Amino acid sequence: MTGDAVMRSLGGTMAVPEFEDPAFTTPARPLAESTVAIVTSAALHRMNDDRFAQGDTSYRTIERADRDLVLGHWSPNFDRSGFAIDLNVVYPIDRLEELAEAGVIGAVAPHHYAFAGNQPDTVSELRLDTGPACAADLLADGVDVVVLTPV
Amino acid sequence: MSALAHVFEAAGLATIVLASMHDVVERMAPPRALFCNFPLGRPLGKPADAEFQHDVLRRAFGLLAADGPVLETHPVVIESDETPLACSIPPRFDPNLPPAVDEAQGLRAAYERARAERGATSVGRIIDADTIPRALAVLHEWAGGANWEEHPLPGTNTVAVCHDIRTYYEEAALELVTGPTPGGRAAEAWFFEQTEAGKTILAARQVMKAQGAPHPFWFYMAPGHR
Repeated sequence: MTGDAVMRSLGGTMAVPEFEDPAFTTPARPLAESTVAIVTSAALHRMNDDRFAQGDTSYRTIERADRDLVLGHWSPNFDRSGFAIDLNVVYPIDRLEELAEAGVIGAVAPHHYAFAGNQPDTVSELRLDTGPACAADLLADGVDVVVLTPV
Repeated sequence: MSALAHVFEAAGLATIVLASMHDVVERMAPPRALFCNFPLGRPLGKPADAEFQHDVLRRAFGLLAADGPVLETHPVVIESDETPLACSIPPRFDPNLPPAVDEAQGLRAAYERARAERGATSVGRIIDADTIPRALAVLHEWAGGANWEEHPLPGTNTVAVCHDIRTYYEEAALELVTGPTPGGRAAEAWFFEQTEAGKTILAARQVMKAQGAPHPFWFYMAPGHR
């Protein structure tokens, strides 16, 4: 099996947290009037930010103009060369800028956020603490739509 | 990602997940997800291909029209390429050094060019570029059977040190190769199959395992399937 096939096969056996009565938010306004942010689980951060620790449940803020980003995810099990070639393959910030310029989306959010994907199985801190805190940050910036990218 | 989507939706944000694992996203059932069967680590599919990345985003934003939970699949499948990157290895310079140490020093100029061009490097989780030859010298001893606890590794954390070594090599290699964008895992295959550093890490990992090192210390020094 290829490396990706092994990982996807493992993913099929992983326990996942349950969300009872999941919410479904209908977009408040058309995409062309919406402010869009990216939130990634690639553990991206700026060169001088605190590094992500193993099992880190916190998140880092990325300014809209930042491009000098580090991929801080701890797993050795995915390709990193794509990000080294073009960060947009993980964090499509330049594509969002182009879509805003073209009027497809209303605006690019002033801040974007990064978590580390390898969270404890229960994801309880993400659910109760850092996830809601990040949502509050996004809402404070007037964000309507969030694109979530993994690695 | 899907857990965050549920949290964000509950707070009043509309979310779209670009999912990389179908089994997981199906069970997590975030409100809107586009499953992308692309190489892991490349959720937008193709580096340096704005047109393809826009296609992924167009399909993702298209899910906002759904009036209930939706999981769609991007029609393009991109397999990882496990053929090693065609990157030549520096010739031996100082035969008195362990091969991996000599090799790492030979890649330094390419690494520095890559770093200057990108304005960033993902090397430095625990050790910097200056320390990589010393770390490889210790891993070379471990690979030869030295006890891993009695010969301390600069940076200590084996997983972080191996991340930094591999990233140093991959960033340097991408500076040295020309031609089409390498596929997912081509750089990984080159590192572990063709470089002295990659072979040294794999050998050190086996010795640590045999010496009874804790599983996470050695296992995550390399991808699981290696």
